[in-house]
Amino acid sequence: MSELLDAFAIAGKAFFGFQAIFFALLAIGINVHFGYTGLLNFGQIAFAMLGGFGIAISVSMWGLPFWVGVIVGVAAAVVLALLLGLPTLRLRADYLSIVTIAAAEGLRLLFRSVSATPVTGGTRGLSAFNADFINLAPWDPAGRHQILGTSWSGGELWVALIGWLLVTVFSLLVWQLMRSPWGRVVKAIREDEDAVRALGKNVYAYKMQALVLGGVIGAFGGMVYAVATGSAIPDQYQNANTFLAYAALILGGAARVLGPVIGSMLLLFILQFADTGLRALIDNGVIPEALLSSTDVAQIRFVLVGLGLMLLLVFRPQGIFGDRREVMLDAR
Amino acid sequence: MPADPSAHGAHAARPEELSTAQVAAALPGTAPTGRPAPQRLAQAALKDLPWEVGVAKPDPAIVVDGVTRVFGGLTAVSVDHLEIQRGGITGLIGPNGAGKTTLFNLMTGFDQPNTGTWSFDGKDLGKLAPHQVARLGVVRTFQLTKALSRLTVLQNMLLGAQGQRGESFLRALVPGGWRAQEKENTEKAMDLLRRFKLDAKKDDFAGILSGGQRKLLEMARALMSDPKVVMLDEPMAGVNPALTQSLLGHVKDLREEGMTVIFVEHDMDVVRDISDWVVVMAAGKVIAEGPPESVSQNQAVVDAYLGAHHDAPLTVEEEDQVLAEVEAEIAREEQGPPRVPHANRSDEKDGLV
Amino acid sequence: MTHAPQRARGHGEGSTAGRGQVGTSTARRRSRWLRSRRPLVLTLLLAAFTMALAMLMPGIASAANEAVTGTLQTSRSGPIAGVPVTVETAAGDPVDTAETDENGRFAVPVPGPGEYEVTIDPEALPDGVELGDRGESLTVTVGPNRAQPVLFGLADGTSNAGGGSVEAVQLLVDGIRFGLLIAVCAVGLSLIYGTTGLTNFAHGELVTIGAVVAWYVNVQGGIPLIPATIIAMIVGAAVGALNELAIWRPLRRRGTGLVAALVVSIGLSMLLRYLVQIVYGGFSSPYADYQTQRTVDYGVFTMTNRSLASIVISVVVLVLVALMLQRTTIGKAMRAVADNRDLAASSGIDVNRVILVVWMMGGALATLGGVLLGLSDQVQWDMGFRLLLLMFAGVTLGGLGTAYGALVGSLIVGVFVQMSTLVIPSDVKYVGGLLLLIVILVLRPQGILGSRARIG
Repeated sequence: MSELLDAFAIAGKAFFGFQAIFFALLAIGINVHFGYTGLLNFGQIAFAMLGGFGIAISVSMWGLPFWVGVIVGVAAAVVLALLLGLPTLRLRADYLSIVTIAAAEGLRLLFRSVSATPVTGGTRGLSAFNADFINLAPWDPAGRHQILGTSWSGGELWVALIGWLLVTVFSLLVWQLMRSPWGRVVKAIREDEDAVRALGKNVYAYKMQALVLGGVIGAFGGMVYAVATGSAIPDQYQNANTFLAYAALILGGAARVLGPVIGSMLLLFILQFADTGLRALIDNGVIPEALLSSTDVAQIRFVLVGLGLMLLLVFRPQGIFGDRREVMLDAR
Repeated sequence: MPADPSAHGAHAARPEELSTAQVAAALPGTAPTGRPAPQRLAQAALKDLPWEVGVAKPDPAIVVDGVTRVFGGLTAVSVDHLEIQRGGITGLIGPNGAGKTTLFNLMTGFDQPNTGTWSFDGKDLGKLAPHQVARLGVVRTFQLTKALSRLTVLQNMLLGAQGQRGESFLRALVPGGWRAQEKENTEKAMDLLRRFKLDAKKDDFAGILSGGQRKLLEMARALMSDPKVVMLDEPMAGVNPALTQSLLGHVKDLREEGMTVIFVEHDMDVVRDISDWVVVMAAGKVIAEGPPESVSQNQAVVDAYLGAHHDAPLTVEEEDQVLAEVEAEIAREEQGPPRVPHANRSDEKDGLV
Repeated sequence: MTHAPQRARGHGEGSTAGRGQVGTSTARRRSRWLRSRRPLVLTLLLAAFTMALAMLMPGIASAANEAVTGTLQTSRSGPIAGVPVTVETAAGDPVDTAETDENGRFAVPVPGPGEYEVTIDPEALPDGVELGDRGESLTVTVGPNRAQPVLFGLADGTSNAGGGSVEAVQLLVDGIRFGLLIAVCAVGLSLIYGTTGLTNFAHGELVTIGAVVAWYVNVQGGIPLIPATIIAMIVGAAVGALNELAIWRPLRRRGTGLVAALVVSIGLSMLLRYLVQIVYGGFSSPYADYQTQRTVDYGVFTMTNRSLASIVISVVVLVLVALMLQRTTIGKAMRAVADNRDLAASSGIDVNRVILVVWMMGGALATLGGVLLGLSDQVQWDMGFRLLLLMFAGVTLGGLGTAYGALVGSLIVGVFVQMSTLVIPSDVKYVGGLLLLIVILVLRPQGILGSRARIG
């Protein structure tokens, strides 16, 4: 019984840990893009990478204060959004998707390249840039804290606290925006751009605003990740994360304020479940080693996410809590 | 058959001075309060104009000059000169593929012409984006209705209102700044919805409305912006007969309110019923214009519709093009509106055959 | 990084225990032990894999015990045999000596993980081949159970000597080869887009699957590469057909929107990509044939025969595709469907059949492209996905949905990416392709051969 409680407690810790925050922020950004505005950003991880490296480079390489690093990260995300949006937002939706997916892959390759090593640390990345932030914790960052039977370091707790604060702030921001006339225009653009143009709205400007907003939220996700892990490594920012965030969003329900948050938590839970379950089955010999070895389990998760994404889109596009009726009207 | 002025009277003196004087006397502002229904104004003003392509109107709201649009070698639109009378209902007719929708797209900024200029109230519209055109008061509807499916009927309406403070990103964050305006707009929207008998559906998703109701909603939404010119692309297409009359009434009401209406329509009965002036297009050109009754007597129009061989001012090549285009259009029309997955290709409709 | 492992994990165990699905406490203990060494939900594992991949490039590790391995070769000389290789520990104690075999390879087992110094004898190198910038001795770190590859970076004058123009010609030729290869892969992508409107992000996986199937038939099955390729192309066509019949046709029938379909294709791409990684593995491996070819000197440039064959095969195939589109009934039908699907349907064309043929053709062509890519860059589990971005660049450049546009655009992208290494380091050359894509979209979004109205 105590083991069970223990396990739940640990699960709860991961549930609220920085990875859930990371995916939640990525997915909130994607929700602004895809869920509300209908923009197909398949390179959300690039914004996160710029956020993380914005801090890492500013602090480790340029010796700037932490907070300047945050501003650099946000600015970099804004610039990326403008760069990607300017040429593509006038065109049909799939152009943005192609350019963003290419940008995510291209930026990662650029950051890990030999020539970028003096700035980004290449494949090894950068570390030791989060001290300023961790030391802000109102408690001892190195001390251990027992919360409901789980052990958190003061630093972890601090990052999680600020992270969830960010998630709350951005959720509130999205909620407020989407009930305003601005949100109405953006949602209308998702339905039919031309109709909105014919009603005198500058569709291009709205799409750009949405792209920048979602990108900046994604950048904050990357910052949380970098600060929590204490390092920024280009290969951490694989574009598969973007698709995981998509899966989380659709799981929780697109175009819902809390959809991405709940979806991220659920997704992590499901992945963990599949992971542990598969490993246990392999260990117990239920799944023969020849068919699947425990080293394959990491890949199986991506396979499952891919499959899940397909099945969700086809059979439950409204997410697990959504209203089927609303999605049946999907005219896209 | 009464004379066909466009064929024979092309060099006759233009009586516009006379008409202008008449119109000036009869303009809404100066007109007596009584009700010789205002529609008579436009009709009266246009009564004495020659039935001639490119004829100058006494009080043009929109003037089109030398506009051409070529899609990969095919001239979709080539209009030398066209004026649209203010405060009147102008019907735009022509066989399928005549370039009517393309002309609409050009005039509202949804497409850019290869050459030409056009203006509204003397303001050049040539370089404007669609939303800028709309802000000047020229709004349009679409052939394939663009109801915003996952917005409610009321939200659809509110979207039409202009100058909304809450539509700016930063001000949207401060509800106090736009609540009052939102309330006003909601009242206005409800008035319009009542007029269009959609008020009971205000909280329904627009996607569940019937085709005719969507047409109504689209028109009502356009009216939210207090437009000066309303351009309706086949407002009656796919609407059940019961609703047609109601729609017709609404179009006439627009004229009563002093708006300029341009509409594309196929049903000649409808055109005859409500238009003050009719412009006929074929193969991208304006081939005739005049009052509704003049059109059916016009040989060029008859030829255009029937594709007959005739000493019309069409070269053989042009004619073949027209024929091919018409056939293609018919074929497409038989297929019905494009299926959902291909909806975003519908904009190619008029050009790429 | 280091404290990451303790954080992430746990709900799986909680839930499995809660649902009583995991039986023994040993399993639970083991999973907790695993938990502590499985740091991040997803990224780090993947990152580790990619890094491992990058290091594994030259030789395939046996991975049973620690060793240092490597291949001595240059493009002009081919593999260099008979060069003594000496391995010493960091402290300078000799470990072992070996000579490169006829494939230029060497492998020296070392006693355990740690730092080793690997030295080759420059005197034993053939004429014209010199040591590169890295010198004759390299220090490498061997991880546990790893065969650490060593890259000496020999120079034979091809890359530096001869001046910029010769190098430019060399890169141009290589770019043409690469561009043609992209075109072979991308024609299907473009035709699928044209006929169905689907932006198929899983097209790269058709390339990978083709290359991997050919690898199994060739390396494991021992069948020569040419028949293996033909077998793989048949499989590729079948996979394409399966794609259409099992997924896309039903989805079209359901009226699934294009955006939803696009996300489904992303899911499919992930599913297939990692499935390939599970089945094939994370390493990169060459085909059994045509590996040890010397380059032939054509005056201003040099080329191996397999590169020449790659160019010839690509050109022949693309000409055949063009002829098919122009001359045959099915080709005309494809163009008609791409141009206007409804019109084509109303003129009696069986649209579904045409689309099926397009998928089969696309699958077979992608397979061929995959084999050609595997021939030049070895077979890897994510080779298609990386190529996909360049395919998109090419297809967009040429104009989405037009078959000839895909051809021209891919050629330009291939040449551009290769030639860009004149000014930018080669490990960021794909970034150059991305920049090109963005510039194109700014200047001419409809592509070179596309028409304006299509971009809506």
